[in-house]
Amino acid sequence: MNIGVFVCHCGSNIAGTVDTVAVAKAALAYPEVVFATDTMYACSEPGQAGIIEAVQKYELDGVVVASCTPRMHEATFRRTVERAGLNRYMFEMANIREHVSWIGKDKDANTNKAAELVHIAVEKLRRNTELTAGEFTINKRVMVIGGGVAGIQAALDCADGGLEVVLVEREPSIGGKMSKLDKTFPTVDCSSCILGPRMVDIAQNPNITLYTLSEVESVDGFVGNFDVKVRRKAAYVDWTLCTGCGECAAKCPSKKTPDRFNEFIGKTTAINIPFPQAIPKKASINAAACLMLTKGKCGACVKACPAGAIQFKQEDEIVTEQVGAVIVATGYDLFDFTQYGEYGGGRYPDVITSMQYERLLSASGPTEGHIKRPSDGKEPKDIVFIQCVGSRDKSIGRPYCSGFCCMYTAKQTILTKDHLPESQSYVFYMDIRSPGKGYDEFIRRAMEEYGARYIRGRVSAIQPKNGRYLIKGVNTLMGDQVEIEADLVVLAVGAEAAKGAPQLAEKLRISYDTYGFYMEGHPKLKPVETNTAGIYLAGSCQGPKDIPSSVAQGGAAASKVLGLFSKDKLASDPQVSSVSLQRCIGCAKCQSVCPFGAIEMTQFRGMTKASVIATVCQGCGNCTSACPQGAIQLSHFTDNQILAEVHALCPY
Amino acid sequence: MSVLEGKELRIIGFLCNWCSYGGADTAGVGRFTQPTDLRIIKLPCTGRINPLFVVRAFLNGADGVLVSGCHPRDCHYTAGNFYARRRLEVLRSLLPVMGIEPARFEYTWVSASEGQRWRTVVQKFTEQIHGLGPIPAFKSGTCLEACLGTAI
Repeated sequence: MNIGVFVCHCGSNIAGTVDTVAVAKAALAYPEVVFATDTMYACSEPGQAGIIEAVQKYELDGVVVASCTPRMHEATFRRTVERAGLNRYMFEMANIREHVSWIGKDKDANTNKAAELVHIAVEKLRRNTELTAGEFTINKRVMVIGGGVAGIQAALDCADGGLEVVLVEREPSIGGKMSKLDKTFPTVDCSSCILGPRMVDIAQNPNITLYTLSEVESVDGFVGNFDVKVRRKAAYVDWTLCTGCGECAAKCPSKKTPDRFNEFIGKTTAINIPFPQAIPKKASINAAACLMLTKGKCGACVKACPAGAIQFKQEDEIVTEQVGAVIVATGYDLFDFTQYGEYGGGRYPDVITSMQYERLLSASGPTEGHIKRPSDGKEPKDIVFIQCVGSRDKSIGRPYCSGFCCMYTAKQTILTKDHLPESQSYVFYMDIRSPGKGYDEFIRRAMEEYGARYIRGRVSAIQPKNGRYLIKGVNTLMGDQVEIEADLVVLAVGAEAAKGAPQLAEKLRISYDTYGFYMEGHPKLKPVETNTAGIYLAGSCQGPKDIPSSVAQGGAAASKVLGLFSKDKLASDPQVSSVSLQRCIGCAKCQSVCPFGAIEMTQFRGMTKASVIATVCQGCGNCTSACPQGAIQLSHFTDNQILAEVHALCPY
Repeated sequence: MSVLEGKELRIIGFLCNWCSYGGADTAGVGRFTQPTDLRIIKLPCTGRINPLFVVRAFLNGADGVLVSGCHPRDCHYTAGNFYARRRLEVLRSLLPVMGIEPARFEYTWVSASEGQRWRTVVQKFTEQIHGLGPIPAFKSGTCLEACLGTAI
């Protein structure tokens, strides 16, 4: 076998702390290496051309590239060696950037380490075999998890592209956080007027199956063939009969039920339709507040319902959906400000969150759009807004910027002036972050046209004073202390990962960061992909995002799915297990450890033998470790290959 | 090239492709400086690790062996790390029988996002191995070697 080794400089990324020329020279001493060179950028056009040229000139049978992580460019170089006429699997990478040059300071030690990593790649490559990818059919249906604006966009774009879509939403209605907003920045147009028609499109699109009040229970399978179990939670109302007339809510005696949709700022009934534009417009019962379900007596809604849809005996139902791809658009939740003692820790009725204020501003909210203090229902005159509540604060484990709070606070000051022309808004801020089209101009408008007074500094205490509140803070630009009396305090609470986000990630087998936000495939080049094939991200589940970005990601994720489904068959990774019939004794240990059911026991000349279903095998190699005979081997990770790597590193 | 005399010891890492290898990449991207002793062998899953690989590494002169995979319940292949954990626990209890200090072997879980954690793991383990010093050489032709020779 003729092996060629290419040691990449990666500009100075590698060459800065690794002597690439010495590594190439050392590589020439390894068995079957006939050619070794260093190259400036192996992944660049001339770099790849150099590899192809060397393959032809030196009649190479295999190529080792020592450069970045295989996660970055393995696919690139596999295509390169294929263009050079080799099998794409006669290629190995040595990761001398992420694992060597970027983490080690000592150039000698780095160079030595890089050379040894090249050595193990060479030893592995010597034992590689040519592999050909198989094909498997894909199920061209897509599941979108989360029915906020990102999920709605993704679902509509997929459906418009001709795909069958299953949209799963945890709440009784789709719409997400955007449906709770009154107006949107920087155009100050009505949120539900923009979102409402999109929600109706979801309901009316024949390609979309909508499951609300539902959660993903489990996910099995792999790209192209996922089996997703969805738990449809009991609404205690038969939605096939419910017409959304609202008679039930009018008659329900539990009128003091906490109103989730209105951020608990108002009260609702135990049976309700969360908001007028809800999709689907169906009633559901809050089991904790319903007299019939808690105490066994009432049934007012049963009498009121003209359709006979109320079903107190309804139970959760599990449905299984088969899909080929999943778009995760589970959004975010709001930071719980009660851990800030200085803002009253939730004890003061008129210290509210920005989302609660949004509901007060909304014409469909509990006050029908009149700004009233929750405590006494009076109109406030002085309103203090405090930014960065749960953002950019290491002490509470939220070092990140939530991104959109500066903008919505400015919007809320503008709306406040529109609603109450006599009012005065004060904004305590750390920095104004408004990098978007028309965003900074918008902030300026809030300050200059609407007279919001911006004070750069933090608030140290909020104290009740004669039915109002005394806000004590600092003005860091003036270098003095500030005391403002206000009727209402609005906290610009930051975004945090949606509740249950890590649990869902584990079901989907995708990764998430320290804060519970999902990890994209690559921070720059794969913003909506995950490292699990067939699973895509959209919106704030990946990190706080405003509406335009969430919509853009929804569309991007949909286009990725449409791209994936543009083929009828996908190539399967041929790095799967295979059985040596001579060695197999039919003990079925491999079958018992296989997580995918990819091994079946077959009869061969009267003897039981294991057999691998190549399209089901995912290439984990658990069977290889379990086989007492070494009969089942995972190709390209065989016992011999791994031991050869060990021997290369430990030669004694 | 051999181990840099006096500077480095020989530490082998068996890492799963999906979590810990990614975690080591994340540490690299974050430029989290680490000791240079560790050599990483990439595997699809910790479930691919035959405990005899670890033993072979020790017999061939490795001073320390580190295994790292996905956190329990977060395995890319659902259950591979659970199998690995059972196998490696048994291996650990057998190491003293073979005359290998158990502290030369460790397994841990590092996810693809935990670059900082990976650096800590590498630093601590490398420090631990340097504390133990080079592994005493096995006498060739011993029973243990003969047994392993047939097993692997």
